[in-house]
Amino acid sequence: MTLVLENISRRFADVDVIKDISLSVEKGEIVGLLGTSGCGKSTLLRAISGLDQDYRGTIAINGQVIQGVHATTGFIFQEPRLLPWLTVQDNITFGIKGKQQAVFDRAKRFIEYVGLTGKENLYPRQLSGGMAQRVAIARALVTSPEILLLDEPFSALDAFTKMQLQDLLLEIWEKYQTTMVLVTHDIDEALYLCDRIVVLRDQPGRIIKTIRVEQQHPRNRGSVEFAHYKTDILNQLDFSQ
Amino acid sequence: MAKTNTEIKARYAMKVSADHKKIWSSFERLLLGSILPIALIITWEIVSQLGWVESYQLPAPTAILARLTELASSGELTQHIYITVYRVFAGFLLGTGIAVIFALLVGFLKKAEYVFDPIIQAFRSIPSLAWVPLFILWMGIGESSKITMIAVGVFFPVYLNLVSGILTVDRKLIEVGRMYQLSLFQQIYRIILPATLPSFLVGLRSGLGLGWMFVVAAELMGASQGLGYLLVLGQNTLAPETILASIILFAIIGKLSDWLLKVLESRLLRWQDRFERGS
Ligand SMILES: Nc1ncnc2c1ncn2[C@@H]1O[C@H](COP(=O)(O)OP(=O)(O)O)[C@@H](O)[C@H]1O
Ligand SMILES: [Mg+2]
Repeated sequence: MTLVLENISRRFADVDVIKDISLSVEKGEIVGLLGTSGCGKSTLLRAISGLDQDYRGTIAINGQVIQGVHATTGFIFQEPRLLPWLTVQDNITFGIKGKQQAVFDRAKRFIEYVGLTGKENLYPRQLSGGMAQRVAIARALVTSPEILLLDEPFSALDAFTKMQLQDLLLEIWEKYQTTMVLVTHDIDEALYLCDRIVVLRDQPGRIIKTIRVEQQHPRNRGSVEFAHYKTDILNQLDFSQ
Repeated sequence: MAKTNTEIKARYAMKVSADHKKIWSSFERLLLGSILPIALIITWEIVSQLGWVESYQLPAPTAILARLTELASSGELTQHIYITVYRVFAGFLLGTGIAVIFALLVGFLKKAEYVFDPIIQAFRSIPSLAWVPLFILWMGIGESSKITMIAVGVFFPVYLNLVSGILTVDRKLIEVGRMYQLSLFQQIYRIILPATLPSFLVGLRSGLGLGWMFVVAAELMGASQGLGYLLVLGQNTLAPETILASIILFAIIGKLSDWLLKVLESRLLRWQDRFERGS
């Protein structure tokens, strides 16, 4: 699954939010979109997802220009966005079709996988923020997406839950080699997870630098190399202006 | 082994005491709720027995009870109750059915909103009871005018609540549906309708309340049977105990029907995250 963006621009009410963004993502790659708040990261991700279609430019998945939501794309939002009237089990199987038994078995596997065994019959209101986001992750994975789009999926969670779920994401990636585009404003998160970090800035948002992180997973969160990358990125974002 | 046994026992004891607590708390609630009504009835009875109020104005509770048993033993009472409940039920179904159809149209199609909403809002500003004479003129004093009357009363709360429920469904949840490529029909069926259920049920409950109000109005206007007819009968025969018997029955049956909807509501909305008050 390759993903190619060509000259993507989007305006809201005559204001350019992103302008001429081109990017190509290879199969199995984890690409981070990193930037300050308001630089158009979510806007770009929504264009890729097909939820928003009023952009200029083209987006192609496997060489095919997309029109609308693509069947093999999954989205994990910043909030869990669970359907409050469905149990954990039913939320997870929300997007899959097929024979009941097969759906059930598949759901069971992913419930186990994200560590929610025994919680199948709880309603969203009974879940903590971390558990709810695990359900959202399972819901996105259960349809085996080939491209997973994540919009600051862990930003509302406490530091420990965040680390756990980041590791869960890497496990998933190791197992399925899912292509991922991860929006984040957390430099450490980007360095820990991504093969490539695309740094966005300004209004309208544009790409100011792309950084390749060569380290193998699992990475050491506190390595000296990370500190160098981090300084570099902070310089790029240049808050002094 | 011995240890696990005691553990099991301890856990069992905990469960039993939790059950007891539950039963006790609902019993306590009943007890607290009964204090005022019982005190009121006792005072009322004493005041009547002492002759402080005239019985042709306010008869004693025992006199009302006697009237009720008299009506019940002649079989008249079930007939009156049956016909009134039937009218409310039929009017409720009719009003709800029409309200649901219009609310779905207006909620989902902007054009339908432009067509129907102004006229519905205009009709809403007419006090519904003002229709009574016209309906009687058109349909006579038979069942159809009464049921139509009640349906009009039920229509508005159900319609208004359902429309506002549909219009305030969280756009974020609809996006989840779009991510899974649900068709428009599936989006309606799997996301919008369940999300709307809470406000629909609010509409049903207030609609039913109005239905009870309107059945009284309809039966006062002209009926030969029904609890509302008992009111008129009591007035004409200078029998306040008949009027009060009818009022009490209205209260009991109205409350009962609301309770049924409430049970339905708590069944259907188990998933809802509600505010829970302290004791
Ligand atoms: N639906 C919208 N209508 C109008 N303006 C929008 C809309 N969505 C986003 N914007 C604007 O676009 C800019 C970028 O938003 P967003 O993509 O959410 O930023 P980020 O995710 O990087 O924080 C913001 O200034 C925001 O106000
Ligand atoms: Mg954002």
